[in-house]
Amino acid sequence: MKKMLALALLAAVLPVFPASVAQAKDKEEVVVYNWGEYMDPDVIADFEKETGIKVVYEEFETNEIMYPKVAAGAAQYDLICPSDYMISKMLANDMLQPINFDHIPNYANIDEKYIEQSKGFDPENKYSIPYCWGTVGILYNTTMVDDPVDSWEILWNEKYADDILMQDSVRDAFMIPEKMLGYDINTVNEDEIAAAAQLLMDQKPLVQAYVIDQVRDKMIGEEAALGVIYSGEAIYTQRENENLEYVIPKEGTNVWIDSWVIPKNAKNVENAEKFLDFLCRGDIALRNFDYITYSTPNKAARELIEDEEIRESTIAFPTEEMLANSQVFVYIGEEGDALYNEYWDKVKSY
Amino acid sequence: MKKQKHVLLSGPYLFWTAAFIIIPLLMIVYYGLTDTSGAFTLSNIAQMGTPERLKALWLSLLLSLIATGICLVMAYPLALILTGTKVNATGFIVTIFIIPMWMNSLLRILAWQTLLERNGVINVALRFLHLPELRIINTPYAIALGMIYDFLPFMLLPIYNALEKIDQNVINAAYDLGANRFQTFWKVIFPLTVPGMISGITMVFVPALTTFVISDFLGGSKVLLIGNVIERQFTQVGDWNVGSGMSLVLMVFILISMAVMQHYDKSGGEQVVL
Repeated sequence: MKKMLALALLAAVLPVFPASVAQAKDKEEVVVYNWGEYMDPDVIADFEKETGIKVVYEEFETNEIMYPKVAAGAAQYDLICPSDYMISKMLANDMLQPINFDHIPNYANIDEKYIEQSKGFDPENKYSIPYCWGTVGILYNTTMVDDPVDSWEILWNEKYADDILMQDSVRDAFMIPEKMLGYDINTVNEDEIAAAAQLLMDQKPLVQAYVIDQVRDKMIGEEAALGVIYSGEAIYTQRENENLEYVIPKEGTNVWIDSWVIPKNAKNVENAEKFLDFLCRGDIALRNFDYITYSTPNKAARELIEDEEIRESTIAFPTEEMLANSQVFVYIGEEGDALYNEYWDKVKSY
Repeated sequence: MKKQKHVLLSGPYLFWTAAFIIIPLLMIVYYGLTDTSGAFTLSNIAQMGTPERLKALWLSLLLSLIATGICLVMAYPLALILTGTKVNATGFIVTIFIIPMWMNSLLRILAWQTLLERNGVINVALRFLHLPELRIINTPYAIALGMIYDFLPFMLLPIYNALEKIDQNVINAAYDLGANRFQTFWKVIFPLTVPGMISGITMVFVPALTTFVISDFLGGSKVLLIGNVIERQFTQVGDWNVGSGMSLVLMVFILISMAVMQHYDKSGGEQVVL
């Protein structure tokens, strides 16, 4: 109903600008919706040069911001790069179309391990191609923190009041107290969510700010001593400030995979496949890895990494033991989402 | 013939009003009063009643009132001084106050973040001078500061316009009739600037009440204003109905504030428009 009304009204307004619509159709293009700072701009330029297909590139900051935009149908994308649990949500709502892997020969470059892991959210491996993966952990400044950092507990240490940066996205924020309390990070038990929210509220006076992309610059600029960050950002920050160290806490964490999907209403499926194949090429995946420093599931690209320190880095490629207690997020249903949002509001206004 | 011309000329404006003001407003009313299945309900409006949302609303009202008050207290004397200066200089000084508005407000708020941060420009300077540091980033104080900075020109310009429009003869007449400087100000100048102040207050109070950008950047996402609550409903939770319901409640507060303003605008004179 909601969509119908919005579309009807849009339809009433749109015919006034037929010129611009017609113009867009003439050119070959692919509309890509990706995370912020998640692709080397030169890669896009090279793709345009090689194929003549124009890449219309848009960015989002969290899965939660991306979803309503796609679900409302307000914008039509050909390729989107959501995380695991969001892909299962989109699948549950019948928003994706299967990918024709025959058109993507470079798919063979993707490590079997990650295709296997993707079954958590894409059971038949029909709808998604892994792009990046990683963990969530603590980035800390060794000159400002003198306690050993091996547990999430340190984010509740009053010694570091006003020196802590937390993640400003619901599920990443709740994952931390849930791991500390030994819960499943996909729990929808209200008592457990309430207990986790209580911990977050206890922590709030110590938190300097809730941030997403800014955590990187703030840690490099030594604005804070401890920050919750994605592993891919950690390598970048270490390049910029050598006092920074990344830890996967012993309680375990969230292991995530961001994968490319093609939404059902995509207009330029062929171009999307060409772009996907381009991204799966070893040399291109390597260039993206160098630029964004998020772990790549592309084995051809990993072999091409010249710097052994990076190729064997446990931040980029953690060992099995390091991930022993870690879990992947799965879609928890609309009621689960609502429950988390309700308690997140409570934490935010506490 | 003449009548037809009028219709033609007002066409673009009517289209604009219908497409971008009236239809969206009706959509908000529709979503605000229905549930996901399209049935009538008041529950979206009742959603405003939870303690955390009332707290956000209360904090928004408080901060925007403070920001409006401080803007008024700062802008009025400034406008008096500007009107008092010679004609040539005035254009220059007014331009100085308008130039910041040429820049995107988001950029200006980000600049304040860089200024106020722990290792920001201000604190580095203070530390160099061995003075105590300024720790207001990520607090409501920083948000109020951002509001004042961002909206001060909207208070200054209408007051300045109102002051400039006052006929010098009226003031001279007051002096001739024996009024001293204070009486002239209080009985003549001040009442004549009320419409300007009313415009200024509205133009500061309304955007301050609904802002979510300033509180996000200068409050470190720790301070939740009502603008943030509504923004979250649309961009993250994806519940248009609840978001619209809360927007309706906020609109009521804005309408109340405008009604109060109109009431004090006794002079009933023309509104000063920028």
